[in-house]
Amino acid sequence: MAVPEPSPGDARSQGMTLQQRRVVWAWAFMSPVLLALLAVALWPLVTTFLASLTNASISGGDGRFVGLGNFLHHGATGWGGVLASHEWWRSVGNTALFTLVTVGAETIIGMLLALVLSSRLRGSRPLRAAVLIPWAIPTVVSSEIWTWMLQQQGGILNVLMLETHLIRQPIDWLSDPSLMLPAVMMVDIWKTTPFMALLILAGLQTIPRDVYEAARIDGVGPLKTFFRVTLPLVWPAVLVAVIFRMLDALRVFDLIYVMTGAVPQTETMAVYIQSHLVGFGEIGYASAASVVMFLIMALLLVGIIWSGRKRLLGESR
Amino acid sequence: MKAVRTAGFYLVAGLFFLWAVFPFYYAVVTSLKTGFAVMTPTLWPHEASFANYVHIFELGFGRNVLNSVIVATLTVLVAGLVSLPAAYALSRVSFRGRSTLLVTMLGATMFPQAAVLSGLFSVIRGLGLYNTWWGLIFSYLLFTVPFTVWVLTAFMRELPQELEEAAIIDGAGPWTIVTRIFLPLLAPAMAATGLLAFIAAWNEFLFALTFTLDNTARTVPVAITVFGGSSSFMPPYGNIMAASVVVSAPLVVLVLVFQRWITSGLTMGAVKG
Repeated sequence: MAVPEPSPGDARSQGMTLQQRRVVWAWAFMSPVLLALLAVALWPLVTTFLASLTNASISGGDGRFVGLGNFLHHGATGWGGVLASHEWWRSVGNTALFTLVTVGAETIIGMLLALVLSSRLRGSRPLRAAVLIPWAIPTVVSSEIWTWMLQQQGGILNVLMLETHLIRQPIDWLSDPSLMLPAVMMVDIWKTTPFMALLILAGLQTIPRDVYEAARIDGVGPLKTFFRVTLPLVWPAVLVAVIFRMLDALRVFDLIYVMTGAVPQTETMAVYIQSHLVGFGEIGYASAASVVMFLIMALLLVGIIWSGRKRLLGESR
Repeated sequence: MKAVRTAGFYLVAGLFFLWAVFPFYYAVVTSLKTGFAVMTPTLWPHEASFANYVHIFELGFGRNVLNSVIVATLTVLVAGLVSLPAAYALSRVSFRGRSTLLVTMLGATMFPQAAVLSGLFSVIRGLGLYNTWWGLIFSYLLFTVPFTVWVLTAFMRELPQELEEAAIIDGAGPWTIVTRIFLPLLAPAMAATGLLAFIAAWNEFLFALTFTLDNTARTVPVAITVFGGSSSFMPPYGNIMAASVVVSAPLVVLVLVFQRWITSGLTMGAVKG
């Protein structure tokens, strides 16, 4: 990519200051990214919005304009549309529960793991490498491995628990309706706790050693040191990690699609949209669900960025 | 007292180690078993065999690996190429609208892919890219570009201002500054960012599932999920685990080798931002 560079002489003849020239350059440098995002984000987004206003579908829909009917309409059988769909709100509920439980557990376990990793005892270094393994493995692969380990017949987890007499009957993790969501959550916690731990660890490492030294000299116990010294100081890093994980958990798809498929007990927003789009071919309806999901996420995101804008842009002056 | 605490530390550390490593270890064990041995759980394979590995490549898994390598590599190259100049502009030049652009980038990294699934599907169909590498690369820019811009911007902010001032005084233009001064200094950061973007593209599932039809462009994660029904004679978990090991092993090795860079890349994106 050869870009002609104006010599300083050119610019002086155009009557621009150095700062003005740099601004022009900045926009020129931004343009490939802006064009790319226009093509891969804005264009599909607008297309989705437009499709949500039509009755387009694989089975007979002619793409006619139906207004907001896909969102909400009143017909012979009562209220219809995404906003009146019991299944949609159930999947929103599943997504919220999934996010709350996994991110909560990941924060607590991640904190413990980060404390272990930050230790200067021998062995914390190999552990730091080991915990990257769950994070690096593709989600589809972790889902397959855990599906296999959780099998009722021949699953290693059941075998080990039976042999150690922890249970008497093998547990049917992936078919028992009350265990499906917990099983999926467990795998997510396994997979993403390392990410959480690494972000918290980075926060822990910014705490100067002499703070602990001072606490030790003053005779403060380890628990009190953690709650009064470590936690307040590392809290901003934890908060950022929690936000990142939360927004990630809200769009969960792979894990649930592979481990359970689109069933009522585990269906999340993303699974609902994908199954209505690809499985049922309801393009208009699935687009309307997409728009609702987009609005939910956008509202959350705007709220988070608004409340954290000082911190996020703190360094950009 | 001290001995008790050390022992406690090693107990907790050991449990975490086992927890992190065991599932992948068990996948390797299963992949080395054949026939009925697959369905009998043991902690190590009594008769190791590579039959499952041979079998998945007979089923055309090689093509899936090729698809994944090409799609992930080209995605990273395109994303890196467009992001580098943008990161320079966002980290080094103060101009109106910069904060808005930065926030847009951050917001876009958390964009829910499912929310544009149907629109992206018809855009890709309209461009004639359905079931091709380019269709996947096109859609993968959605989540790689904002990420690479954001992380590279954070890395560039760390470079000393004087470097650039000296270059400007010497009459170097912005393009020279980026390619001759920043690029060499940023090589480790670029490698870390590129690696993270590569992993994201390599692991992506939703778009790969929706925008491909058959082995022409089907990537590895999707191929693994359709292995189950391909053979009625062999218990499918032997094959699935062999395929799982084939896709994960390179990532595990990369991550262990570049552990330090990856950690800095991840934390740059989040904490320093």
